[in-house]
Amino acid sequence: MSTQQAEPESQEAPKDPEMQGAESPAAEKQKGGGMVDQTSTDASELEGETVHIKVFRYDPEVEAKQEPRFDDFHVPFEKGMTVLDAVMYARDEYDSSLTFRHSCRQAVCGSDAFFVNGKQRLGCKTQIADLEQPVRIEPLPHQEVVKDLVVDMDHFYDQMHTVEPYFQQEDLPDGELEEQRQSRENREKVKMSTRCIWCGACMSSCNIAAGDNEYLGPAAINKAYRFAMDEREDEEIKEHRLRILEQEHGVWRCQTQFSCTEVCPKDIPLTEHIQELKREAVKKNLKFW
Amino acid sequence: MSQSYNRGLIEDFGRWKEFSAGMWAWIFHKFTGWMLIGYLFTHIAVLSTSIGGAQGETTMVDGEAVNIYTATLQGLEGLFLVRLLEVGLLAVAVFHILNGLRLLMIDLGVGLDAQDKSFYASLVLTGAITVASVPTFLTGVSV
Ligand code: SF4
Ligand code: FES
Repeated sequence: MSTQQAEPESQEAPKDPEMQGAESPAAEKQKGGGMVDQTSTDASELEGETVHIKVFRYDPEVEAKQEPRFDDFHVPFEKGMTVLDAVMYARDEYDSSLTFRHSCRQAVCGSDAFFVNGKQRLGCKTQIADLEQPVRIEPLPHQEVVKDLVVDMDHFYDQMHTVEPYFQQEDLPDGELEEQRQSRENREKVKMSTRCIWCGACMSSCNIAAGDNEYLGPAAINKAYRFAMDEREDEEIKEHRLRILEQEHGVWRCQTQFSCTEVCPKDIPLTEHIQELKREAVKKNLKFW
Repeated sequence: MSQSYNRGLIEDFGRWKEFSAGMWAWIFHKFTGWMLIGYLFTHIAVLSTSIGGAQGETTMVDGEAVNIYTATLQGLEGLFLVRLLEVGLLAVAVFHILNGLRLLMIDLGVGLDAQDKSFYASLVLTGAITVASVPTFLTGVSV
């Protein structure tokens, strides 16, 4: 069964001049906001035009939508428009049943990871002006689709929790100094790994994770890295963490395809972290008698 | 909600145009690995004629009794197709070696940022070495 239906039900937006008129002041305001005009060439080309987006639709509860298809929307372009803005506009103005998750709209909450033009991206972080049209927006691959752009994230969260993603330290520092201070160097070391927003883009891009449901996956391993490399945790707990990581479906499953590193919206060097943990696991088990 | 939709395998190979460098490197590495395994079996099959050859067995070539091992090899080397396959084998082996070195570097944490460049470099080098080998492999072959 192909999801790439050739005949999407077209939902062309009437080019409502009034509506577009209402859009432009906002665009003007943005322009006046002193923002650095980075996407100038592309954006100016699109100014005053509509953007063609193709959105994956599926709803098991509505008979007509049980067979997945793509719907077309033509959204009036506004400078600085993101993929999320476009789908929100489509939902608000054309089809209120269009379903997707979002919250912060500033790449912090991690709820709006979509598959945009063949790549896992955050809707709110991806500029429409940077994309080729028509912009194809689908739910994340390798996760079951619940409705439209919403995927079932349960398995992803399960994997994240497997690595015990919380700080574990028995002894608090003595004396007055009750904060558990970390050295600058150590902070630098784990800095990137702390940026994960649990969006699941990396997991969705990983072919190995797709083929092996038990594989911890890049996000969980990165989370484990964040704590395993934190010097404030005991040796004992670090060993415990490495034991989780070096099991059959742990770090050794990674085949260095770099897909996760490429899609991570927070630029976390995931493959690098996984490789480093592999070396840690080897070091831990190497014994020279 | 009990129902959900699984898009299945179409996500994987149906999207080959969207694969990135690391993904191609992975596919090529697996593919060349299997090719090399296949070659090894063929290689052993051909070599096994040397047992007969060592025991003095002969075969008739142009009305002459020739050592069976020598005859097998000469017969194979005389075929254009076999020469062509040898060029292919070289390409496969060279890529597998170069990408293997690339993976070794990745394992050691060296040049992770340049992983795509090192893949392209492996490809280019493989191509260059293969092309350079053509005259050597194809000399004296009767088509
Ligand atoms: S590691 Fe990156 S891609 Fe993966 S869940 Fe975290 S933020 Fe998302
Ligand atoms: S809406 Fe929160 S990350 Fe995009």
